[in-house]
Order: sequence, then structure tokens, then C-alpha cells
Amino acid sequence: MSVSIEPGFAAAPVLRDVLPPRRERGRVMLFIYRHPTIAVGGLLLGLMVLIAIFAPFLHTVDPTALAPARRTRAPNAQYWFGSDMLGRDIYSRVLYGARVSLLVGFLVAAVSSLVGLTIGLCAGFIRILDTVMMRVMDGLMSIPSILLAIAFMALIGASVQNVVIAISVAEIPRVARLVRGVVLSLREQAYVEAAIASGTSTFKIIWRHILPNTLAPIIVQATFICASAMLAEATLSFIGAGTPPTTPSWGNIMAEGRALWQVKPFIVFFPAVFLSITVLAVNLLGDGLRDALDPRLAKRI
Amino acid sequence: MSNVPLLEVNALKKHFPLKSDFFGGKKGFVYALDGVSFTLAKGETLSIVGESGCGKSTLGKTILRLIEPTDGEVYLDGERVDNVSLNKLANFRRRVQVVFQDPFSSLNPRQRVRDIIGEPIINFGLASGSELEDRIVALMDKVRLPRDAMHRFPHEFSGGQRQRIGIARALAPGSDLIICDEAVSALDVSVKAQIVNLLSDLQDELGLALLFISHDLAIVEHLTHRVAVMYLGKIVELADRRTLFSTPHHPYTRALLSAVPVPDPKAPRNRIILKGDVPSPINPPSGCRFHTRCPYVFDRCRVEEPLLRKTAHAGQVSACHLDEVPPLAS
Repeated sequence: MSVSIEPGFAAAPVLRDVLPPRRERGRVMLFIYRHPTIAVGGLLLGLMVLIAIFAPFLHTVDPTALAPARRTRAPNAQYWFGSDMLGRDIYSRVLYGARVSLLVGFLVAAVSSLVGLTIGLCAGFIRILDTVMMRVMDGLMSIPSILLAIAFMALIGASVQNVVIAISVAEIPRVARLVRGVVLSLREQAYVEAAIASGTSTFKIIWRHILPNTLAPIIVQATFICASAMLAEATLSFIGAGTPPTTPSWGNIMAEGRALWQVKPFIVFFPAVFLSITVLAVNLLGDGLRDALDPRLAKRI
Repeated sequence: MSNVPLLEVNALKKHFPLKSDFFGGKKGFVYALDGVSFTLAKGETLSIVGESGCGKSTLGKTILRLIEPTDGEVYLDGERVDNVSLNKLANFRRRVQVVFQDPFSSLNPRQRVRDIIGEPIINFGLASGSELEDRIVALMDKVRLPRDAMHRFPHEFSGGQRQRIGIARALAPGSDLIICDEAVSALDVSVKAQIVNLLSDLQDELGLALLFISHDLAIVEHLTHRVAVMYLGKIVELADRRTLFSTPHHPYTRALLSAVPVPDPKAPRNRIILKGDVPSPINPPSGCRFHTRCPYVFDRCRVEEPLLRKTAHAGQVSACHLDEVPPLAS
């Protein structure tokens, strides 16, 4: 070129790059101090999971064993939580019931997150599918989720597996909408454009750039879904459209104790306490995760 | 300089359709780019300047095929690239890279520096294993990043350091042309100067061509070989740096230059204050697009669109009906 460039701007001398020291990993106390809600929620939830897993070894008896002679006993040395109107041990039933509730909660969270993620990614990336899929999702969302679940249960019959399906169907649209929104904002990000410009294939862009950045909101959403699924399971069981009466679940126990709740409140009380603690734990965990995974807050090292 | 320019852009157009109305009818277009032509030689810097909304960034993205052009042609080394299907663009993608304005959104917050810089190398299968590692280290040295930055995440860096990571990524596949889309606009003045110096050092070292999109005329004057001035999706003047800054021809260029801040408060200034705002690119003015704000407007400007014509100075073209723009009123 005919024009030559003068050497160098009058720039300040380049400072030696000072990078902050790398944080050490671990340090349990520090983690608890920074994220108390995750610690408390995780602890309570972990406790519930342990109870559910080790229910047979925690001084329980067969939760379905009938003893008509000893029905509706108040809590005592033999029946720690009392017995119901068929003489079944409520302590055993509540502990075994944790299995159903947690199973339903976790499965619904997993199923609806995975399906919702797939639908959301497709809708966010493929313009033609977007309109169609999102209208279907809108349609599903316009029906109250518990009604949708009841209708489903009426159609496909009572079983734990069907409860999971029924509640998941109602939760999928929420995840799908969330993911689609995140994907739409992510695909406009400069780093996605830079990746396109540097020859990254669409699949790799989704896998490496889009997916990791949608995980944080999805994990948070999954915990809330988990909590609401446990409540929904209890609700369905309570109105007799959920877990079959042969399987103890917190909703079932409460449904059966409903008739006697003014004279024998303990039948409803114990499963209700367990349900409340579990839902609280999951919600605390979700709240904590949201704060911990939020990139805007992550900057405050 | 060979005869075939590295990059040739010919009558490039991008019209964004406006959102259709209720009955599906198209309401109109945003004329973001309306026939932009220029050439860029190997190792040359061409700056694109203009106000916001004049189509500078759209130009960069359209050349990169991040946005599909409506019309016109783009050639890389004489080979047409604007109509090739997106999955056959590998060679073009390898040779033409981009550095974006915002150093915070242009790096994936969940990738480590080595993965960011290594991504284009892996994409084009240029190296793997220890060779890949060596290349990444060499690139980081080239942009003067400390080596222990390799396994860190972008949020651990300052804006200038992040921009250097972005430059390293753009250099990674051995590119010939880097499109800098306002690459230094978001940085502090001192950091800005460092990045600009880094870019021109790299250009000398590697023979890079730069398409430098900017609104900062001081930076442009320092860095560039040639300057193209854009107004409402068109190039209104294109000239060598010296010619443009000493004898600007187009009235818009003159107004732009007069708006550059001078650090001396006592320096005499002849500010040309333009009236009104940039007209909407949805409904650009007839004739010369600048006629609504031009201080020298006359009848012909309102009806006939001026073409880029050579001026008295070598290497300068300007789209104005006035042969001799009157000297600035002082």
C-alpha cells in the first residue's frame, strides 16, 4: 500500500498480566457458609432419601399388615406414629411412603426435564417446528395441570408409573417454554456467532455452547418440578386417582385418615409433616442452586 | 500486490423484511445494506466508519455469512463465496475470522481458554494432541496472554485480556482476514491502544488483512490504510487514509471528521453540525440519501442518486453531485 503506518500509538506500557490466584476446591465449611440453603436443603433431602432406601431396616413392620383389633391406636411404644383404621403401622407406612413420593418426584423431574429440553431445543433451533410445537405446549398449559393428571389417570389406570407419566405430561410444557426462551437468547450471543464463523457444526454448537448454558436454569426448574410433583402425587392419591391403595404413599395415608382427622389427627399429621419437610428441602435446594448457578452472581468471587 | 484482491465485495445488499402484518402481507424492508462494493488486498487494513445504524455491523456479518445477503457477490481470492451452501464454506470459514465488540458476550462463559482457542483448530482438523497444545500456547504468546491463563474461565479475565483471547481464537485457524466488528470500542482508552497496537503488530507479522469496523475515527486514523465511510447502507466515500483525513470530499465525511474530539480546548474548531437525525433505513430518502441533512443540498440531489466517482485525488472515490465541494465556511 502506498500509505505507511506510523509505528505504535502512544499506549501505556503493557502491564504484566495479573491473574487472581486460582481458588482451591473443596472446603466443606466454606461451601456451607456460602450456600446455606443448599446445605440445609441437601441435608434434609439426603435424609429423606436414606429413609426411603433403608425403610426395611428402620424398625419397620410390613406396612400392609392388617391388625383390626389394634386399629386407630394413638402413638405409643409399639406404634410410634399410631395405627390407622385397619390397624396398620403408620410409622412403617410413612417410611415406605417416602419411596413412592421421592420416586415420583425425581422421575417426574427427570422425565419432564429431558423431554422438555429436547422439545425446547428443537423449537429454539428449528423455526418451522417452533410455531407448531409451542402452540401444542400452549394448549397443554391451558388445562390446569391437576385436572390433566386426573383425566390421564382415569384413562390409563392407577399405578405409580402412570402417576409419573400423568404428572410429567403436565410439567413438560413449562420446561419446554423455559428452554426455548433460553435457547433463543443464547443463539444471538456473540460467542455462538463466533463459533459459527469458526466453522463449528450446528450439532457441536448445541452440544458445547447452548446446552451447558441451559443446564443451570433447567436444574433449578427441575427441583421445583420435583417438589410440585410430590405434592401432585399426594393430591392425586388423596382424591383416589393416584397411587393404588395397596401401595402406601403419603397421599394415600392422608386420604385414608381424612375421615377421622378431628378425632385421630395423628394419622394425617405424620405423613403431612414428612411431605412438608421434603418439599421444603427440595425448594431450599432449588433456591440455593439458582443463586449458586446464576452467572451474574458468580462474578462476586 | 497481486491483481486478485483477497476480498472483493460487489454490490452487496441486505434488506431485512419487516415483520409481516396480521394477514401475512409484507410491510416493507429495512435497507440495511444497499449496494456496497469494495476490495481488500492481502495485508491491508480497510476501515468502515459511520454512525450507528448505518449498516457497518450488518456488512461484517453479511460477509461472514452470519446473515444471508439479499443480493450481490462476495469473492475470496476470486472465488465466489456468497452463494456456496453453508456446509461447503469450510475453506472460507478457516480463512476469514471475526473479533466482536463485546469481550464479555463473545466468549462462552463455560469454556476454558484452551477450549475457546482450540475450537477452530479442532474444527478444521488442523492439529491434535500435543501439537494442538503447542499451537494454543504459541497463539497465547502471540497475543501476549500469560500461559497460566490456559485453564481458566473467561470471567477470570479483564476486558482487554478477554479481547486478546478473542483475537487468539480468530488467529487460530491461520486466517488471512479478520473482521474486527468494533473490536476495541468497549475497552478503556489505554487498553484500546494496546489492542490496536497488538492488531497492527500481528498484521505486520502475519500479513493479515483487517476489515476494521469502527466509529472511532482516532483509532481508524492510526490503524488503517484505507477508509470507507458509510451512510444509510451505502459507501459514500472511500479513500486512502491520508487523503481522507486531509482532503475529505463528501460533505458527510467532512461532518464526521469535524466531530472528532480534539484534546486541546483552545484549538480552533469548525464544527459542522448536521441537522436532524439519520433518516429511517426503512424508508430511505430519494436521490442522495444524505440530502436531508446536507448543507450543500441542491435540486439534483433530491432526485438523482450520486454514484461513486473518482475525485481529483488519487485513490479517492466519493458519491456526491458536487464536483468541488466549497471550502468550509470559517
